[in-house]
Amino acid sequence: MKMERDIPGLRADAFDAPARRGDFPILRERVNGHPLVYLDNAATTQKPQCVIDVLTGYYAGYNANVHRGVHTLSQRATDAYEAARGHVARFLNAASPAEIVYTRGTTDAINLVAQSFARPRLAAGDEILISAMEHHSNIVPWQLVCGQTGALLKVVPIDDAGEFVFEAYERLLGPRTKLVAVTHVSNALGSVTPIARIVATAHAANVPVLVDGAQAVSHLPVDVAGLDCDFYAFSGHKIFGPTGIGALYGKTAHLEAMPPYQGGGDMIRSVTFEKTEYNDLPYKFEAGTPNIAGAIGMGAAVEYVVAAGIDAISAHERELLAYATAQVRAIPGLRIIGTAKEKAGILSFTLDGVHAHDVGTILDHEGIAIRAGHHCAMPVMAQFGVAGTARASLALYNTREDVDALVAGLHRVQRMFR
Amino acid sequence: MTGDLRDLYQEVIFDHYKRPRNCGALEDASHHAEGHNPLCGDHVTIYLKVDGDVVRDVRFEGAGCAIATASASLMTEALKGRKLADVEALFRGFHDMVTEAPGPAASHDLGKLEVLAGVREFPARVKCATLAWHTLKAALAKRQQPISTE
Repeated sequence: MKMERDIPGLRADAFDAPARRGDFPILRERVNGHPLVYLDNAATTQKPQCVIDVLTGYYAGYNANVHRGVHTLSQRATDAYEAARGHVARFLNAASPAEIVYTRGTTDAINLVAQSFARPRLAAGDEILISAMEHHSNIVPWQLVCGQTGALLKVVPIDDAGEFVFEAYERLLGPRTKLVAVTHVSNALGSVTPIARIVATAHAANVPVLVDGAQAVSHLPVDVAGLDCDFYAFSGHKIFGPTGIGALYGKTAHLEAMPPYQGGGDMIRSVTFEKTEYNDLPYKFEAGTPNIAGAIGMGAAVEYVVAAGIDAISAHERELLAYATAQVRAIPGLRIIGTAKEKAGILSFTLDGVHAHDVGTILDHEGIAIRAGHHCAMPVMAQFGVAGTARASLALYNTREDVDALVAGLHRVQRMFR
Repeated sequence: MTGDLRDLYQEVIFDHYKRPRNCGALEDASHHAEGHNPLCGDHVTIYLKVDGDVVRDVRFEGAGCAIATASASLMTEALKGRKLADVEALFRGFHDMVTEAPGPAASHDLGKLEVLAGVREFPARVKCATLAWHTLKAALAKRQQPISTE
């Protein structure tokens, strides 16, 4: 099968966003009579043609179940499925593909760690430490496991800029802390957490760390070996891949010590009614026929990002976010929610006298897609005293023209509500 | 979405958004309920003072978008002095108006509420327009059930 390593026209040393737009067929669509301006990338990203082709190629050319390789197509499907795991492992700089567990997404990955890693280790009174800027999917799985074990959920506060309060973290990290679970990039605020320091500080106290990377992987270089994090979770669809597929990176020693998350096919070595022997890593955690096309598509997506150059993407988005921030700041009555020094890809804001939902509808009328609401981060909204925000979120294919369209749209919103 | 933005955002809607009528708690309410739109986090509380079979007073509290706020405000105006027996028909008529294609079936005379008809072209906003109405239903149901003689 064709690997996606060499994508014509992509060079890591020079990032050309307008040229990259051509890789994404949906960006040629018109919405409500206007060219699509897609600024809802934190919700989901668009898919490049190479990912779409890989999905079609699998279904049209070698659709078969994996790891049952008596026939040719099954072998081809298995090869592609496992090659994709290798792409993800390299992308995250994992030590081995066996450290990459396919999941349904970030949420599934966090639930896996909560139930399979945390739950057996927790006793009443133990503590799990998260931050105040977590997405609900990095809150609720821990609340569930706290309910099951009597453990307590502790929350590191964020300040008025939306920054992780490190001194409070050091104070809260105590003898009962059994796990730290923190986001790499806040989906509601865009804040980049000092994740390397968070991990190092936790490890100094012998506490393992899970990183929610859903909002980071398409914007920032991720090096799990360098970070030394214990777990790193992300979703394929947030990095130009399909929905319904994601990955959990886990250190081998942890994954080996963990019981299976779900039982079923593919996760076993042998089954009798008396005793079942579990499969090797990572298959022990992959019960049932997996999302084969999704995994192959996610592999192609991370290869696309590797070829485009994550450092170049990051630099492009940083420049664009600075431009967008300056442009929207000039709009009277606009308040930016989340003003951390280190931000990635996200511009959350409120507009005086206009509800975010109305902003969203009016912009949509101009073909501009943003998110309006609480962004599955209701505690963050509560801290900033808002019911919701409008959120524009960037990806590698966004340009200054997209930002200009947003700003023009916001002026139109204000004219309507004057 | 194909609707014209001006069909959705009519002047009457801006007026009720900026100057909502009957806004604030009703101290001597006989019925009340809270409504919540999980999509956007909006909350509304509806208070009713029912005297016999007549809605004597109705107020609402809460923050929301222009559509949700104007809909709540317009609803309170439409309900005052109504017989309870008419409220269900009004609810049904409003619901049909914002969810169904215009036609002979949707021939309820909804008066001023008809400024919200444009919502039907914006499916993502139907929940905004109906939040107050569903909350109204909950408020009436809660109080009526224990005293129901049916």
